[in-house]
Amino acid sequence: MQVSTQNRNKGAVISVSGDIDLYTSPDLRKEIAKLAKKKKNPLVVDLEQVDYMDSSGVATLVEGLQLTGRYEGSFRVASLNDGVREVFELARLDKVFDVYDNLDQALAGF
Amino acid sequence: MDAAAKKENAIEIHNLVVSFGSHRVLTDVDMQVRCGETTVILGGSGCGKSTLLRHIIGLRKPQGGRILVKNRDITTMDEDQMSTLLRKVGVVFQSSALFNSLTIGDNVALPLREHTRLEESTIQIMTRIKLDMVGLSGFEHYMPSELSGGMKKRAAFARAISMDPEILFCDEPSAGLDPIVAAGLDELIFKLKKALKMTIVVVTHEMESMYKIADRVVMLHEGKVIFSGPPEEFRVCEHPRVRQFVERRADHYGEDEIGRYARALTSES
Repeated sequence: MQVSTQNRNKGAVISVSGDIDLYTSPDLRKEIAKLAKKKKNPLVVDLEQVDYMDSSGVATLVEGLQLTGRYEGSFRVASLNDGVREVFELARLDKVFDVYDNLDQALAGF
Repeated sequence: MDAAAKKENAIEIHNLVVSFGSHRVLTDVDMQVRCGETTVILGGSGCGKSTLLRHIIGLRKPQGGRILVKNRDITTMDEDQMSTLLRKVGVVFQSSALFNSLTIGDNVALPLREHTRLEESTIQIMTRIKLDMVGLSGFEHYMPSELSGGMKKRAAFARAISMDPEILFCDEPSAGLDPIVAAGLDELIFKLKKALKMTIVVVTHEMESMYKIADRVVMLHEGKVIFSGPPEEFRVCEHPRVRQFVERRADHYGEDEIGRYARALTSES
């Protein structure tokens, strides 16, 4: 899994590629926590290049939601493929996140 | 078997022979489990289903044959190799096998704490996700002794999937559950396969559940595979034992057998 971050005004976009699983999700968590500490708003995680994500990935994104919630920041998830969307649905957390079809939509208004 | 077909199999069993003392339990069992599919092992009580499962997960060594899991022969693996492989495997035991001294939440979290470098906060969220999947949301602080048999079974299921295993084995997952909860577990098995691309092996004799979840059915009778194929072929298979199973007909003893029984009984009196 590769993680790259771009700052966008007061916000940031984390672009992830590869698989998010038990062994790689701690790296994503670290990046989210680092940006949340800087109170980035919005904090967008772009999953366009992610083919597979397991429940540790969903749990990591839930933590992102919790961390940004502490400073009333907006945590957004963009570009889910069908497989990744199914994992959110499996965890019954698909309605909890602000999910956007693509990065442009996720950044609109910021 | 050519290399391409071999690559698609998560499990291959060749000529498996298992005996307990002089009693032969499995005889020359051959079967394959394809990656990303749900394979249901069917058969009557005592036909060797659970024994087969215990051998596939390496709890016992067979007297003969090979068992390849992810293309590696587990019959020759040492304990360390087996332990590494089992991290990618989840098992729901018939008896639940929860740790009675741990809460339900800690039972589910245990494999994650033991085998991953996930933060405790992530583990807590994953545990709640898994308990919610099996309908036990809010029960993380309960002890196993405080749960009903059906709830323990579901907690054991949550623990088995805590690491999102590549291969999930379930030994009679819905035995003892009411029809609604059993249907919920069937649905969960289907979703796990679809969303997480899990390979799933279920041992059961519940036909309704089999038709809902199976991509492939393997039926055992007297320690031998008597059918292997998709459920739609199983439904019309002409093998007498399969027909009996499909039509839910009881065994009837022949006249000779009844005569033997009656003679033995009366000669002792």
